[in-house]
Amino acid sequence: MFELNRRRVLRGVLNGGAVTVGLPLLNVFLNGNGNALADGKPMPVRFGTWFWGLGMSKSIFVPKTTGANYEITEEMEALRDVKKHFNVLTNLIAYRDGAFFCHYTGWVVARAGASPVLNNQAPGETVDVTIANQIGRSTRFKSLTATATGDVRSVVSYENATTPNPSEASPLNFYTRLFGPDFQDPNAPSFTPSPRVMVRKSALSAVSDQIQELNKKVGAEDKIRLDQYFTGLRHLEQQFDQQLTKPEPLAACHPAKAPKEDAKLGNLAELVQIRHNMMTDLLVMAVACDQTRVFNMAFSNASSNTTKPGYDKPHHTCTHEEPRDENLGYQPNASWYVRRSFESLAYFIGAFAKVKEGDGSLIDNVLIQANTDVSNARVHSLEEMPAFTAGRAGGKVKTGLHIDGKGGQITRMSYTAMKVMGLDINSWGTKSNQASKEISEMLV
Amino acid sequence: MRAFGKRNLRSARPVSLAVALLSATALAACSGSATNSVSADKAPTAKVSSVQEPAGTGSTKRLRILTEAQYLNTIGYVFGPDVRPEPHFPPAQRTDGLLALGSSKAGVTNTSLELYQKAAVTVSNMVVDPAHRNFLIKCKPVDEKKADPACAASFIKEKGRLLYRRPLTADELSKITAEANKAADRLNDFYAGLGVALEALLVSPNAVFVTESSEPDPTHPGRERLDAFSLATRLSLFLWNAAPDDDVLKAAESGEIQTPKGRAKVVATMLASKRLETGVRAFFDDMFGFDDFNSLAKDSVAYPKFTGQMAADAREETLRTVVDQLVVKKGDYRDLFTTHSTFISPAVAQLYGLPARPGWQAYEFPADVPRAGILTQVSFLTVHSHPGRTSPTLRGKALREILLCQRVPPPPPNVDFSAVEDPKSPFKTARGRLTFHQKNPACAGCHKIMDPMGLALENFDGIGRYRTNEKGEEIDASGALDGKQFKNVAELGRVLHDHPSLPQCLVRRAYTYGSGGPGSADDKPTLDYFDAKFAESGYKVPELMRAIALSNAFSLVTPPPAPVTNTAEGEATTTVSK
Repeated sequence: MFELNRRRVLRGVLNGGAVTVGLPLLNVFLNGNGNALADGKPMPVRFGTWFWGLGMSKSIFVPKTTGANYEITEEMEALRDVKKHFNVLTNLIAYRDGAFFCHYTGWVVARAGASPVLNNQAPGETVDVTIANQIGRSTRFKSLTATATGDVRSVVSYENATTPNPSEASPLNFYTRLFGPDFQDPNAPSFTPSPRVMVRKSALSAVSDQIQELNKKVGAEDKIRLDQYFTGLRHLEQQFDQQLTKPEPLAACHPAKAPKEDAKLGNLAELVQIRHNMMTDLLVMAVACDQTRVFNMAFSNASSNTTKPGYDKPHHTCTHEEPRDENLGYQPNASWYVRRSFESLAYFIGAFAKVKEGDGSLIDNVLIQANTDVSNARVHSLEEMPAFTAGRAGGKVKTGLHIDGKGGQITRMSYTAMKVMGLDINSWGTKSNQASKEISEMLV
Repeated sequence: MRAFGKRNLRSARPVSLAVALLSATALAACSGSATNSVSADKAPTAKVSSVQEPAGTGSTKRLRILTEAQYLNTIGYVFGPDVRPEPHFPPAQRTDGLLALGSSKAGVTNTSLELYQKAAVTVSNMVVDPAHRNFLIKCKPVDEKKADPACAASFIKEKGRLLYRRPLTADELSKITAEANKAADRLNDFYAGLGVALEALLVSPNAVFVTESSEPDPTHPGRERLDAFSLATRLSLFLWNAAPDDDVLKAAESGEIQTPKGRAKVVATMLASKRLETGVRAFFDDMFGFDDFNSLAKDSVAYPKFTGQMAADAREETLRTVVDQLVVKKGDYRDLFTTHSTFISPAVAQLYGLPARPGWQAYEFPADVPRAGILTQVSFLTVHSHPGRTSPTLRGKALREILLCQRVPPPPPNVDFSAVEDPKSPFKTARGRLTFHQKNPACAGCHKIMDPMGLALENFDGIGRYRTNEKGEEIDASGALDGKQFKNVAELGRVLHDHPSLPQCLVRRAYTYGSGGPGSADDKPTLDYFDAKFAESGYKVPELMRAIALSNAFSLVTPPPAPVTNTAEGEATTTVSK
């Protein structure tokens, strides 16, 4: 039986030279992709993470009551306008289970499910990677990772123990990667597949065979690295396929123009926020244009080096050296920094809420989890950890709640996210951090 | 003895760690190792060295990923300096003090492949464009609108050998040439077709990965050595931070590189090449942690005049000083820490309070100016400060870890440092404020070994400008390093110059860098040998590089060391109160 598949169609198209392909032909390409953006089908649910460093000030952060009618607290004030879009989680624990790395263990437990045994080496892949392997394979980018720190060395995502996913740190570079010459505007009136892309793909297959020879020369650990390379090649081929395919129109997709100039370097909170917002705008549009379904954004590193104008201590140093103000009951400058982080979180959530998608907005079709490295940064405590989730995950998740974790594992948050994103697992994490119960309060 | 075995430290608890570190430091300072017994001026002049490499040395075969700098250098040498993409490959994770060592462990993500592919497209487009093709592609196609298999094959064969760092196999050559032909016919353009084939060469695993392989060594029965091409590449990455050139590959093809005489000749040629400067620069940029400059910024309130140009030029100043002292003048490595010679640009001249002349100028600080050695250059002082103020602790920690290969343990996780900023504190200077560390026994152990070095640099503010007082109080820059007293920063430079760990640390970094991956405890006899060779040469870095490049440790293969397993608590290094 004759089967009309993507490869066969393209071969036909390209042998005939470059032709403009009309729309009706293209629906056939979308089969099998899980791409269900048209014809009133449900929008895909996307997953993202957001990171901020150095916890919070318990006395002015933790809401007094739980559930939907909690009062926004002083430190969370910036989040007031987007309250209906997120949940705040408090009183969660990351278990050390042995070694302890002051600003590393906490966030790695939350994202990788186990306590790291080496500093700067994750115990395994992070939750975004696990989810991207499930839902991110059909898009142009399996996932996107961006940071507001301006430093490409910032890490919040691990492909495996020794392979961090590199962070986009420059808005200009990020723009070019997303919306530069290789971007296919799904709403463009016509579509011309490039014959050069076709031959490029063919040439790539000529070198991918070379992996076999290399494999014979290396040990088990390096075989894994060659295998990663091979996976990367497959992904490149997939990107070429997508460039040869007319994308389905997306009403929500309106890429902005390239930034006129790159964001200024610098650690001043204001500069970090500007970079954060530029990166966020790009990321949100990449999601709206279905370039990726998994994304990570970091406001700062765990040992945040954000600075405050006229104050000589960067955030991290401040948390350790600033005395607690007896009248206020917290460290005022440390809290100043945390509030700047939450202003950016509010921007992040708001940016998804602003983009109309289907009957609602993008925030209805995402699940974002936000976490940090410690609860009380001054003493690196991993008890009473705060976290947030944002978005309704296509109607599967409730928002607007304060959920008291009651001293439960912080890994339950990622476990819940994985279940919501459709992973068939019964537990996640290791030792004391092994979670097998969802956070039921947030599930519809 | 060689102090600071990492593993000893890891097994101890934080407080005893500090004690262990201190006593090790003291021991290092007064140990009479082979290194110290041969001083520079007594170095033998005869060609026959009294220092012999111990038996049984060797290093591990590795799979390394070409770094961005190695990729760019190679592309520049193969296709000319015009062909310069901006690939933004992800940096490896710093391992054992060096980014380069992370390349032997780093994985490859989808993003990396995407970046390799984008860079490949940029390079290919430039190589085949009409402005470059005539001199980069030696043959001419019979018809530019059609495939020309002979011309394509000759180009792919020539460039492929340089990019794969070995000749292509017949199968590889025919497959890639077939792609060039197919693409040329389909695109009706010979050069476009060739460009597509070049893209494939550039993203090929053989170009991106450095895969070392070995063969039985006839001169050491029972042992394996790197094969000729693996050795050629290891040498070239070590000395040039780039792939081997045509001559080095020829020496590998003929087998000459595997003979003692032939290898000595190849290494001598490489050391005499202008490319050595690039290699030495890359090594010190890595060892000094200058990747920090890529994201360096200062608080514009505290330092309104500090600019990005100043940061870039500060890095360049030190690298120029390094190349001049070590490669051009073939000077003593230790003199880097006492030299008054430097290079200034208008941007750094401003920070030194000197008149600005255009471009880079060699400059000699007068003897009475307290700028002696690279520690007093803007680069070190600026990178190891906070955005808005100095940090004696950060500076002291950097000096210990970067220059002496010592490891400063992290503070205990639950110490309350808030007394450091006691608002009622009568102290105006950093020295006064940091007395807190000395009073608190949990802090004192480590801060005692970091703060004094940093306090000696307090005459320089957070962007490296000279000052004599802080908030009206005179700065006291005196102190002691591992038992040797100094009164000011110039004397600190001299104490550092004579510190036995200074050359030993360079040896350790250079050897691991050259052999392409982290060292192990088994390397001690090897490092002792290089320490002695380095001393014998009068601490000349090119001679150390020669000794390493010609050693069995460099070319004989040993099985990989057992992986490092669990470490005790206290490994984290991010929480020093600064």
